[in-house]
Amino acid sequence: MENLMKLKQLSLFLENKPGTLGRPIRLLARAGFNIVTLSIAEANQFGILRLIVSDWERAKKLLEKNGLVVRVTDMVAVEVADKPGGLSKVLGVLEKARINVEFMYAFTEKREDRAVLVFRFDDPDNAIKTLKAAKVNVVSSVELLRQA
Amino acid sequence: MKKIQASNFHPVSAPDFLPRGELENLQLRRLQHMVGRAYDHVPLFKQRMEERGLTAADVRTLDDITKLPFSVKTDLRDTYPFGLFASPMRYIVRLHASTGTTGKPIVVAYTREDIGVWENVVMRSFAACGLHAGDIIQNAYGYGLFTGGLGAHYGGEALGATVIPISGGNTERQLTVMKDFGSTAICCTPSYFLHIIEQAQAMGMDLKQLPLRAGIFGAEPWTESMRRRIEAESGIKAYDIYGLSEIIGPGVAMECECQAGPHVFEDWFYPEIIDVKTGKPVPDGEEGELVLTTLGKEAMPMIRYRTRDITALAGGRCECGRTLRRIHRIGRRCDDMFIIRGVNVYPSQIETALLKVEGALPHYQIILTREKGLDEVEVQVEVTRDVLGDTVGALEQVQRRLCQSVETLTGLRVNVRLVQPQTLQRSEGKAKRVLDQRKM
Repeated sequence: MENLMKLKQLSLFLENKPGTLGRPIRLLARAGFNIVTLSIAEANQFGILRLIVSDWERAKKLLEKNGLVVRVTDMVAVEVADKPGGLSKVLGVLEKARINVEFMYAFTEKREDRAVLVFRFDDPDNAIKTLKAAKVNVVSSVELLRQA
Repeated sequence: MKKIQASNFHPVSAPDFLPRGELENLQLRRLQHMVGRAYDHVPLFKQRMEERGLTAADVRTLDDITKLPFSVKTDLRDTYPFGLFASPMRYIVRLHASTGTTGKPIVVAYTREDIGVWENVVMRSFAACGLHAGDIIQNAYGYGLFTGGLGAHYGGEALGATVIPISGGNTERQLTVMKDFGSTAICCTPSYFLHIIEQAQAMGMDLKQLPLRAGIFGAEPWTESMRRRIEAESGIKAYDIYGLSEIIGPGVAMECECQAGPHVFEDWFYPEIIDVKTGKPVPDGEEGELVLTTLGKEAMPMIRYRTRDITALAGGRCECGRTLRRIHRIGRRCDDMFIIRGVNVYPSQIETALLKVEGALPHYQIILTREKGLDEVEVQVEVTRDVLGDTVGALEQVQRRLCQSVETLTGLRVNVRLVQPQTLQRSEGKAKRVLDQRKM
């Protein structure tokens, strides 16, 4: 069960020059993958594209076959109330347990009156346990990607 | 001492085991003939001999070779295209050429007998690493003007092996053919084979499950660490073959199954090691520039050709029993050395620095530029799966460690730029490690 609670994120290295973001995105588009959400981290000379896609294993294969280097990491998706204080409550739980958030970003799709955020933790299993114990809704990957 | 097994011995390898005295007699006879031929038919050589007050008759012993003038690559350019030929065109059956990276290409020629010599040494090269009739050789050296493709092709066929003339490039097809045809050996540059390994991994193919057991790698300098990586990741034995078009092509020297450095086919090529600066010979075991004299090349004899390759002649017998001397792995060329802010740097030093940080050697290229009179070095390094994370911090740290490692080893402050995987040029001929864009 714990395993389904984790979401696979694909990370790609991008050089900081025109066209480098377009290439992987086009490859995925042509093969009919839906990008559920993404974020980009940037440094001076390069960036890292992080993607969550419907069928990550096939997407990874496709990207690698086209010469891109892909790294897979476990993410945790959390549902928060889409109202003031929603995120604050979740962060409070983590703070209390002294769990560090490496980074996070949001899902574009909303689920009724709730927003979904993806978190990157050092130890995702421990984070899931802590969040669940505090009655925070951790969304399973199956449930999330069903819509995609 | 490991004796060669009768079952592995191919008769064509017999000259590899000649007693030194006999070999030296043969060398002297051939050298005298070669010098006479060059003197009579190559005006540039005759002129240089006359300047030194020498004639062909002055070569009485093998040591007399040190009196003869050197030849260099620019001689081939200056006499482009046919100025160094010693045979009329009606006896020349083949021309090869190299694309000149600076200016004119160089052209080399072969008579039918020369092709026979070439075939002989390549055959002995394959036999030395245990190939024989029944082996399937996937020849991924480029066919065409480059000597690699046809050189390996003729030698493989002469041995009785099955040759697949697939030529270089199209890596997916290389892998399909390797699997479907059951290739047992492959010929290509070591950097191209690393690329094949990467592609196989991306396609989810395990090279260790295939019949492939030997790689004959050459046409560019490579390192022991590359050999270890190739052998660990593909399960094959990686052998170093050495050659250059000016002398004949691949097959000037080749490793035996002991993998202890390429044996020079001394009955056809006479090796010397000289001090790069003074031109004086250095004793066996000491490093210097490799100088080669062809002992049986009719169309284009080369006397004391300076290869620009830095190596040493290994003293002592090889365990295989061959009497042919070995050269140490050629890791660098005087050509590749660059001087930056007064410091002499070899790409192999940069390579060692990268290896220290990453554990395995990434693809890299060194770019030299000059801005406002100041030389800059940029080392472009392809990002591998091993160093990639999902945060920029981790990668920036890799970048910093690479810079530090290069500085520690060379004393040079360089910029390291991480680039996308598989964007640096892969070569089918010689890998271009240094791009000098400085306007002098």
